[in-house]
Amino acid sequence: MSIVIQNLCKRFAGREVLRNFCWTVEQPVVLMGPSGCGKTTLLRILLGLESPDSGSVTGVNPTAAVFQEDRLCPQLTATANLVLAGHGLTAREAETELRALGFADSDLALPAGKLSGGQKRRAALLRALLCKDARTLLLDEPFTGMDAELVAQAAAATVRLAGTRPTILVTHDSEAVGLLGWPVRQFVE
Amino acid sequence: MASKYRERILAILAWMVIWQIAAMTLGHGGLFLATPLQTLGALAQLVPTAAFWQRIAFSALRIVAGFILAVVGGLVLGAAGSRWHGVRVFVDPVMQLIRAMPVASFVILALLWVSGSNLSVVVSFTHVLPVVYAGVLAGIADTDPQLLEMARVYRLPLTARLRYIWLPGIFPSFCESCIAAMGMCWKSGVSAEVIGLPDHSVGDALYRAKITLSTPDVFAWTLVIVLLSALLSAVAARLLRTAKARLCGEVRA
Repeated sequence: MSIVIQNLCKRFAGREVLRNFCWTVEQPVVLMGPSGCGKTTLLRILLGLESPDSGSVTGVNPTAAVFQEDRLCPQLTATANLVLAGHGLTAREAETELRALGFADSDLALPAGKLSGGQKRRAALLRALLCKDARTLLLDEPFTGMDAELVAQAAAATVRLAGTRPTILVTHDSEAVGLLGWPVRQFVE
Repeated sequence: MASKYRERILAILAWMVIWQIAAMTLGHGGLFLATPLQTLGALAQLVPTAAFWQRIAFSALRIVAGFILAVVGGLVLGAAGSRWHGVRVFVDPVMQLIRAMPVASFVILALLWVSGSNLSVVVSFTHVLPVVYAGVLAGIADTDPQLLEMARVYRLPLTARLRYIWLPGIFPSFCESCIAAMGMCWKSGVSAEVIGLPDHSVGDALYRAKITLSTPDVFAWTLVIVLLSALLSAVAARLLRTAKARLCGEVRA
């Protein structure tokens, strides 16, 4: 199982964001590059949320993702959000992982809309990592808003839960890259 | 909160005093403007009678039936109009026409189609329908597109999308329109009854009070309509809040 991207092209308002982009992802990798170079556009195309002008993508679905925004249902608890997207994930499994990433009992009782930015990000990351039927993972800046200690915990959880699934993790955080220990691809289009 | 409540009560009391002074100034024993005391006296005479409660039950049943039908119709048409552009193009002119039509014109037309006793069902239905329809359309437009993308990526089933994404998006403007419509349907329903004069209705009682120049009775029935409208709006708001919490899996902080 691998993500295969062939000759992907995408223009936005006359600007070429992707030009004949080819890549085969067979294991977890980190994608780095300057802001605005097209990393998020690439992920959105892989998720089927944008159409490429030309080229093809195969082997992505079923997938799970961390978006640039947290995109949690604000009226549900973090646990309920994870279970909702977990395709068979139990509340107990979700709570165990949330606690491991620093959620207290009181945090678990709150609706996601009342959580702090860092807590929402961790919940969004775990939602992707714990999605049971996802064969690939697309993670866009999953460590945003976390302090160094939490990044270390979140990176360890990411490595453990992503396993060997084809994963693309976009980040600017070089410390996190070191903690992940995954191969890095520099994105220069 | 308590001081806001106190302020409101003080404002109402001030208006009661102004009302009393105005009625006393006009004189003629309250023929043109009944005093608050005359109104309360008329109400005290009406309340213990079986006919009073019969009239309320008669009107409330029909007006609420029209309201419920309109809410269901508004939900279905609003959802269909949002999903299929053609439906919206087809339905919009009718909704605009209904909104623009005076109650009196509609009542006279409706009297040709239905019996006087069911007139308030039709009138309250047609006056609430466009409000709920617009509320549902606005609510669907307000639904978070980022959450809809998340639902697509995570392959959430339709029921989960409805419960956790669409309904929480639709509910705020839907509730607002339902509560406003509840007050509106009382006004239009009773207006229809005053024109159609179905026996045993609140509108009929209001009309009889007017032709017998019983101004305190007119005021008393008006007060009853206002109170019923406020009460049912509050009940509707409560029910909708409960439904939202249950249906959307809402957690209270």
